[in-house]
Amino acid sequence: MSYNAARPNLLAAPAVLWLVAFMIVPCALILLFAFFERGVFGGIDYNFNFGNFARVADPLYAGIFLRSARIALTAAGLAILIAYPAAYAITRAPASRQPILLFFAVLPFWSNYLIRTYAWIVLLNREGLVNNLLQALGYHGEPLSMLYTEGAVITGLVYNYLPFVILAIYSTLSRLNPELIEASRDLGAGPVRTFLKVTLPLSLSGVAAGGVFVFILSIGNFVTPALLGGGRFQMVGNLVYDQFLSANDWPFGAALGMVLITLMIVLLMFQAHMTARASGETKGANADA
Amino acid sequence: MTGSMNKKPLLTIKNVTKKFGPIAAVDGIDLDIYENEFFALLGPSGCGKTTLLRMIAGFEFPTSGAILLSGQDIAPLPPEKRPLNLMFQSYALFPHMTVRQNLAYGLEMERLDGQEIRRRVDETLASTDLSELADRKPEQLSGGQKQRVALARALVKKPKLLLLDEPLGALDKKLRERMQLELKRLQHEAGITFVIVTHDQEEALVMADRMAILKSGRLLQVGSPEEIYEAPSDPFVANFIGVMNFVKGTMDSDGSFSAGDYTLRPGNPVKSGPALLAVRPEHVSIATDGQGLAGVISDIAYHGLDRVVHVRTAVSDAPVQVRVEADKGRGLDIGSSVHLTFNAEKCRAFDAAGSVTATEKEKI
Ligand SMILES: Nc1ncnc2c1ncn2[C@@H]1O[C@H](COP(=O)(O)OP(=O)(O)O)[C@@H](O)[C@H]1O
Ligand SMILES: [Mg+2]
Repeated sequence: MSYNAARPNLLAAPAVLWLVAFMIVPCALILLFAFFERGVFGGIDYNFNFGNFARVADPLYAGIFLRSARIALTAAGLAILIAYPAAYAITRAPASRQPILLFFAVLPFWSNYLIRTYAWIVLLNREGLVNNLLQALGYHGEPLSMLYTEGAVITGLVYNYLPFVILAIYSTLSRLNPELIEASRDLGAGPVRTFLKVTLPLSLSGVAAGGVFVFILSIGNFVTPALLGGGRFQMVGNLVYDQFLSANDWPFGAALGMVLITLMIVLLMFQAHMTARASGETKGANADA
Repeated sequence: MTGSMNKKPLLTIKNVTKKFGPIAAVDGIDLDIYENEFFALLGPSGCGKTTLLRMIAGFEFPTSGAILLSGQDIAPLPPEKRPLNLMFQSYALFPHMTVRQNLAYGLEMERLDGQEIRRRVDETLASTDLSELADRKPEQLSGGQKQRVALARALVKKPKLLLLDEPLGALDKKLRERMQLELKRLQHEAGITFVIVTHDQEEALVMADRMAILKSGRLLQVGSPEEIYEAPSDPFVANFIGVMNFVKGTMDSDGSFSAGDYTLRPGNPVKSGPALLAVRPEHVSIATDGQGLAGVISDIAYHGLDRVVHVRTAVSDAPVQVRVEADKGRGLDIGSSVHLTFNAEKCRAFDAAGSVTATEKEKI
């Protein structure tokens, strides 16, 4: 064959150009901004220093980072807990019905993110559906204040990203050789131990992919906390948004953004590592027939 | 031959049928398998061998019939409670565990103590020649090595009965022949009853104490390899095991079979009428003159020790194959007219009901 692996493949050129123009260049600019200062009247003072990064470590901002991380982690954990049984149930359904079940699992995702998030406002506010339902069921106390709480933000995040997690876990579970589960049963393990020792360890790459996905998208999210968290509530995403659009402090916003991006890259590398390990295992699982 | 007929069977399969929708993958099978036996289930692909093993192991449930282990119905037992093990066709090694962990898995499930587990795992690793690979993951093993790990993982449990689904199917010919003898040795040493599934008749002949031939979910014949080779119960079995020639003719009421102007008395007379005579290549003699079944040589294949001469006749669909010692076949040439005579005692006659055609032969 004349194919030469060492020769750059021109077919990849559009994708590479796209990445350079819209990923690498903006990231490099942001990184650069992070080392400058805000000018007295907004704009940028080109005065190289590390002051912005020192400010990120300020307890005020570090606290917002930590709270965001906690919310993102909770959302990721809850999403996994809900998605795993769902994905598992779908893999157990007859093969002919699985595409339809997956379709329904992903269906909410095809409607607009804002509309889906506003729907939660309708559900959760003091005169909302949930409170009305509680009253119809005989609850006569104060209406519950569910909206504009951390719980509402987490609910919105979990709801919005759940389809991805179901898909990620489903894809590893459905690739699992069912004979591995039978082999475990055959060797004397009951269904529970088989799940804990074979199914779960072999689907961790999907769990990691789904979890990292939710965490990354949640920690940087600013729409959901703005709508469901109310004005009182701030996550890193809102902070970055504010620096760029209200406070006009681009350099500090850039520094916050860089810290966020670094965190995401580390997590994505962890997830890539899990996937690589899992793909080696799937290859090894089958006979060379 | 095996002296097992007076023993009590270890495994009894009683009129077992398994239907997938309207199709019976296993169709009314009755079978006894005795302790310490090396038993082979032989049949073409799709004849229900895997389904039968999976029912014994507990992964499928018979539509009707019963399976008894040591006289006890095992229908209520889930796979993990059955004192038997299955070696999967895909080997099904746990990819996230090392070889040693794969072996230890089944013993941990029995809640044996750690020292006992280590001792038994080491012992089995040694006897299957895997000690050096103990810390590798399955992805780092060759096909032959995976096969040995799968076998060791089942053997270490010391089951009463080990079911092996085409254990050598994925190996190359040389390795397969070596592993056939190795399996026999391990079975003998461990004193475990083996039920092995294969679609390779040679493999079954080499390894099995007794074997069963299956076709489309039905059991055609059970017996020792010699019994089945010498006295196949129907043309399908005759054709499936070894090389068999078929000659079309008629059976007379006096017990003689004639094809063209050649007449003989086969070992087993059948009812008179159209009939099929089966004869192995080693029981046919060939001569350039004299009497017998007339034919023309269409091909001569040299096999080292002997030559197989293919003779086209008017009464057989495929050329009749004749085995002659290599130095005796020298006078024979392609195109020359010859006469064939059969060793009548070794011929098997079948009545017209079970005729085998050349096309069916090719499908196998
Ligand atoms: N789970 C199943 N659902 C439907 N048909 C099946 C299933 N398993 C096996 N079969 C059918 O049953 C027949 C026997 O299959 P199998 O036992 O795998 O044959 P073998 O192992 O002898 O090749 C085949 O026709 C196969 O298509
Ligand atoms: Mg099979």
